[in-house]
Formats: sequence, structure tokens, C-alpha cells
Amino acid sequence: MNCPATPVEPRIETRDLCVSFAGKPALKEVNLCVYPCERLAIIGPASSGKTTFLRCLNRLNDLTHSFSHAGQVLFDGREIYAPGVDVSDLRRRIGMVYATPMPLPWSIYDNLAYGPKLAGIRNRVMLDERVETSLRSAALWEEVKDRLREPAHNLSGGQQQRMCLARVLALRPEALILDEPCSGLDPISTGKIEDALAELKSRHSIVLVTNNTKQAARSSDRTAFFLMGELIEVGATEQVFTNPVDKRTNDYLIGQFG
Amino acid sequence: MKKDKIIAAILTVTALSAISGLALITIFIFREGMPIILRTGGGEFFLSADWRPRDGSFGIFSMIIGSLAVTAGAMVIGMIFGLGLAIVLTQFAPPSLAAVLKPVVELLAGIPSVVYGFMGVVTLVPLIRNRLGGPGLSVLAASIVLGIMVLPTVTSISVDALQAVPRSFWEGSIALGATRWQTTRMVMLKAARSGIVAAAILGMGRAVGETMAVIMVAGNSIEIPGSILAPTRTLTSNIALEMGYASGAHREALFATGVTLFVIIMILNCVALSVSRRSARERSFR
Repeated sequence: MNCPATPVEPRIETRDLCVSFAGKPALKEVNLCVYPCERLAIIGPASSGKTTFLRCLNRLNDLTHSFSHAGQVLFDGREIYAPGVDVSDLRRRIGMVYATPMPLPWSIYDNLAYGPKLAGIRNRVMLDERVETSLRSAALWEEVKDRLREPAHNLSGGQQQRMCLARVLALRPEALILDEPCSGLDPISTGKIEDALAELKSRHSIVLVTNNTKQAARSSDRTAFFLMGELIEVGATEQVFTNPVDKRTNDYLIGQFG
Repeated sequence: MKKDKIIAAILTVTALSAISGLALITIFIFREGMPIILRTGGGEFFLSADWRPRDGSFGIFSMIIGSLAVTAGAMVIGMIFGLGLAIVLTQFAPPSLAAVLKPVVELLAGIPSVVYGFMGVVTLVPLIRNRLGGPGLSVLAASIVLGIMVLPTVTSISVDALQAVPRSFWEGSIALGATRWQTTRMVMLKAARSGIVAAAILGMGRAVGETMAVIMVAGNSIEIPGSILAPTRTLTSNIALEMGYASGAHREALFATGVTLFVIIMILNCVALSVSRRSARERSFR
């Protein structure tokens, strides 16, 4: 997880990634890189393939029976769809946060400790330590440190979502992929998550799918624009927002469609 | 408006007569059966294994044991296969396969019990006799036949319970690196626990109450079974086998056997109902 000053090797790279569900194309020849220590935002109108792209990165699409794909997805240079890849291990290294909080029906502590336990960590002290550091990274520790044994669904929506972020961080992932993590949250909770992401950037590659273009502008280093399953353009966030290369990007950003 | 009232009145009468029919049956069974239980003080009736109607001794202990043994065996088999099937159908099989398999399993409930008994006598009993010894007609044979008979109940209620677990639990667990089996074991089964308990209890009610198939394969001897290969008689079989020629105290004792069954099944159904109500309440919390 060391991050060189000038990253050269992409952490995640897709090459001509095409995806279809039951024969209907959802992604068309997407070539996109995610570098270490950066936040890449993916924006685009509904059903433009943002979530599908995200779910390819940790092979969550495998669980949909009609899914098929072509092209390559490389993680640290290795093809993740190659036979013999340990999918559980992959999902621990590329942690995912969903649009809606998905607490498991247990206590806060058990939610946090579930992932590390699956990874084989049984030592109580180590688990406690992981729970605490993860909650701190997700800016939730101070709020829940005295109620770790309470059911997770007692938390507010914003707290639940930060708990889900912490739960993923407890896996010690190398990359974080977030699917509209703030879509149901109030501005204050959103701010807390964005601050946490800014902090986490120093150690992780972060891919943030968002419907909120302002959020992309605020809290990303590079921005990719998807439309109808195609990657239209990708560049430094400032450049994409102030001086987009493609007319369609500009149209979307000024609200012509989407 | 007037027509509505007439139809409502007719429907009310039909509904009430159905309920009063049930009430009459209950009263009748208790009126016929209770005197002998009270006369023998209960203790002797329930705890003596001495059933010799001709000599006037009526103890149903061996049949209580028979019913319990057969039901327990049936539940072991029914739960292993029924719950296993429910897990495969909901967690592992592609939806298209599950859509075919679940109705097929539910169709098993439509086969008459005498057919199950017949299959048991023709195939299972000789198999047990030749491979494991004993007369073949045994607790084991009855358990296996009943275990298959409770499969539809156990499977379809367990499937419903597992399907009622929010999809988000499943996805949340998978995304944290859990395998399908780990997710099933640690998340799904726990979340569906009360529904699965209800499935087991309803299956048990069915197993306790089944008569025909059990008569055909259990051997029906009036002794406490010494092993699972020994023949046994259940409460239901006892009534069905002897009611045809019983009179006087013997007849009363058979009714009292019915009272015992009635109470056991009532308790099981009440427990199942309260457990499934609790699971519905838990679901509404989510």
C-alpha cells in the first residue's frame, strides 16, 4: 500500500471491457485506469453503465446469471477473471460500499468483525484493534465507541453508511469502490464521508460512482464520464469540469440531458 | 343493498356452522375420552405400557414412545433433506431450476399417504430386513417414509423463510469476501431461523398425525421399541387399528388416545403459530 509520488503503474486497469446482460450490451469497450492514491469519480446519467463497471471490478456481476463479458480487468497487473483467481480474496482487496447501507442483522461490532473473521483472523485483540481503527478512519468511532454491542440498525442512515465504509476498511483493502455512497444521506453525513475519503486516499485507490456532479467536482482527482455504456472521456477533474473535450460531457454537466 | 344483507347472512351461517362443527367434534372427543383418563387417575393411562383391552388394562405409554420415536426419526430425515433442499433452491440453484424444482417438491404433498405406505412396504421394508436385520417393519421404516412425507411442508416453508431474508444481507456478506456457503451459514440461516423452526414444528405436526403410511410400515406391535429396527405402534395407528371392533371401556380408551393426540398437535400448532408470528414481527423491524 505504498504510494509513490509519481504513480506509473495503474492499480486497476480495464482493457476493452465489454459487458452484456442476457445479450443486451451494458458496457462497450471501456479502457480505464485507476492509479494508486487517487480518487476517480465516475459520473453519467442513469443506466450509463457506471454501476456495472464498478461491479466488474470485484466480480460482483458474476452473481447475476445473465452476465457475460469480454476484454480484460487487471488488478495489479493480473487478470481478475482468469481461472483460479480467489474471488473471496479479490473482494477483500477491492472493498465495495453500496448505495444503500446494508448492515447485517447483528451488533455494530459483529458487523465490523465479520470480514476479518472470514479472512481468518480469530485473535480477539487483533479484531478489537481492526474494529477501532476502521471506525476511526470512517469518522464514526467517537459516536459509537460506547455502543458497539448495540444492533447496527439502531444507527441513523448516515451512521449506517459510515459503518458500512468502516466494515469494508476492516478488510484492509487496497482499493475502495463506492456506488453512490451518499445518495440517501443528508449534507452533513455526506460531508463526513467525503472527508473520510480524502483521508483514505493516501493509502487506497478509490473509485467513486456518483450522480451528484458537485460531489465529483469536490472530492475527486480525476473524473470519468460514462454515457450509454461507453466511456466518453476521462481526465483531471478540474479539466473535465471546466473544459471538457467532448460536447456530450459538457451537455451533461450543464444539464442538457441526464 | 337488501341482496347484500341476505348474502352476508347466508355466508355468516355457513361460516358459523363450519366452526360449530369443529367445536362439536372437539367436545365429542373430550366427552368420550376424558372419563377413562379421570377414572384411572391419568398416571396409569399415560405411564403404563400395559395395553390389554380384553383384560381391561389400558396404558398408552408404549404408543406415546412409538409416536415420539417415529416423529423424531422423521424430523431428522425431513430436516436434513428438506432444509438442504431449501438451501440449494434459494442459495445455489439458478432461478430457472428453482422455479421448476419447488413446485415438484410441493407436488409430493398431493400423493395419498397410502401410496407412500405401499412404496414403503414393497421397497423399504425388505431392504431394511435384508440389509440391517429385524422384521423390517420398524421405527426406521416409518421414520424414513414419514421423513419423505414431511419434505414438502419443511421445504416450502423453509424456502419462504429464506426468501424473506432481505437481499441486502446476502449482497452485503458476499461483498465482504464471504463465499456463498459462508453467507448461507452465517447470515441467511440465522436471519431465517424462526421461519425454519416454524417449518420444523409444522412438519412435526404432520408426522405425529399421519396414520395410514405408518400402519403399513411400522409393524404395530404393542411393546416399547428397543431399537430403531424394532416394530412399534403409534397413537394414531392404535386408534385406526382397533376402533372398528372396540366397545365399552376399550372404545373410551381409544377416544382418550385421540384426546392425547389432539392436545399434542394443538400444542405444536400453537408453538408454530407464535414462532412464525414472531418472525413476521422481526421482519417488520428491518
